[in-house]
Amino acid sequence: MLECGDAMANLPMIPELLKQLFRQPATNTFPAKYLPPSVTGFLKMVSRGEAAIHPPVATPPEFRGKITYEPEGCIGCSLCVKICPAHAIELVNETKTIRIYVSQCIFCSQCTDMCPKGSLKMSDEFLLADEDRYSDNLIVE
Amino acid sequence: MSDGNPAKTTPYTVPIGPIHPALKEPVMFTFRMNGEQIEKADFAPGQTHRGIEWMGMRRNPIQIVHLTDRICGICGVSHSLAFARAVEQIMEIDVPERADYIRAIIAEFERIQSHLLWAGMAAHELGFDTLLHLTWRVREQAMDTIELLTGNRVNYGIIQIGGVRRDITPDQHPAIHECLDYYRDLQGKLLRIFLEDATIQMRCRDCGILTRDDALRLCTVGPTARASGVNMDVRVDFPYAAYGDLDIEPILPDRYLGETRGDVFDRIVVRLLEVEQSAGIIRQCLDVMPAGDILWETKIPKILAAFKKAHGEAVGRHEAPRGEVLHYVRMDGKEHPTAWKVKASSYSNLMSWIPMLEGEQIADIPIIVASIDPCLSCTDRVAVVRGGRRSIMTKEELHRLSVEKTRRLMR
Repeated sequence: MLECGDAMANLPMIPELLKQLFRQPATNTFPAKYLPPSVTGFLKMVSRGEAAIHPPVATPPEFRGKITYEPEGCIGCSLCVKICPAHAIELVNETKTIRIYVSQCIFCSQCTDMCPKGSLKMSDEFLLADEDRYSDNLIVE
Repeated sequence: MSDGNPAKTTPYTVPIGPIHPALKEPVMFTFRMNGEQIEKADFAPGQTHRGIEWMGMRRNPIQIVHLTDRICGICGVSHSLAFARAVEQIMEIDVPERADYIRAIIAEFERIQSHLLWAGMAAHELGFDTLLHLTWRVREQAMDTIELLTGNRVNYGIIQIGGVRRDITPDQHPAIHECLDYYRDLQGKLLRIFLEDATIQMRCRDCGILTRDDALRLCTVGPTARASGVNMDVRVDFPYAAYGDLDIEPILPDRYLGETRGDVFDRIVVRLLEVEQSAGIIRQCLDVMPAGDILWETKIPKILAAFKKAHGEAVGRHEAPRGEVLHYVRMDGKEHPTAWKVKASSYSNLMSWIPMLEGEQIADIPIIVASIDPCLSCTDRVAVVRGGRRSIMTKEELHRLSVEKTRRLMR
């Protein structure tokens, strides 16, 4: 079906492929520039300060990442508890503050819109993988 | 294959699924094969029921909007928009005009990324992974722009009952135009690579044909219907959001190829041309978008209070990248809806698999199955679990059950 002379005309992907050989890869190499023998080992080295992480692609200005909470301004109105679609927020009755389970949070930012005191904000932190869903990093209070 | 003398008799049965590398989502196919040819095809969805509607009945519409974002990972705004429109009709909310335009812009960006995702997937099903990588690389431009406008790549969370949650600011315009120019420059290349390629032509031309009559009879929607020559598009037929003000013409394959065959190739053509069309719609929106509010009511407690006064039922429709989505909502003066039904676009399109697949070769199953852009986890609404027995529910039985349920709800 294919004639040799027409091969390039019928396979328009081939010139594109050849051009790609001289282009930078589109993928951002993260977390390391070259694949380390062990990714967890590499991350441990990063936490010890022995290696540097290759930075991720920058987040946009209005990115919705891990939630931050300032208990000082909070009046304990529990509107955020009421509006949270994922039921990720609970009211701590003793202190009249809230506790947010980030492992359950769906990052919709509805509570930050709702908060009358502006105590809730979305940060740009997104590296939230953890082995324990109730670890200190994943509970905001 | 356990009965009689196995493997010796024709026709024999080939099961594909529920989990299979050729299928991107779980669905169970049963093919009766004669050699390499499919004699009869049958399928059983219902493997990914998640009970989203059940969750919705316990939440108020503001919360459900975020739930609808998650019905489908690709149609992040389609379900939210259809749901919000249903609730807005019940509550008789007039959405600010600017919000309507922003909704249309986000919906069109979603169409661009969804069609490119599908095109890459189609290439992958053909075994053409180089093209998959190229298509998904160019898709990132749309994803980045969506991320800039809404905050996140998927699950945009931009829709609110009565408007949108984020405005498009003037400093975002250059980035949007840069993205649109990128796709304008790319369009020729994409069409050339997909449509002039000998491999793609050989695999897709006259493969998986859905005739116009079948498309109408089986109520297919969206690009699947348009590729068979059915001139339908919810944006044109029943305009909503800003689409009534815009100049849109449904894309049919004969516009580009001069004829309509209703095969897999036509479905590629329609989707690729719609990428260009969507970019054009966004341009129109940006040009004529009025200034003003983006929300009917900015104070969320007031919206919540308004839900308690809402009585009635409504249907919200939207032309999602895969076709029409439909949300039925009923509110009875409570914060949460009394009834919420979702009809995803794939629900209407799945039945078209049967005429497409019958008579085709076994090797063409992956591309034909993928050609309607099926989204099964969006589609699965029901799972009947009753003592492990299997049975088929007829149309009459389903009708009887839904009448019973409606009576129960009205009590």
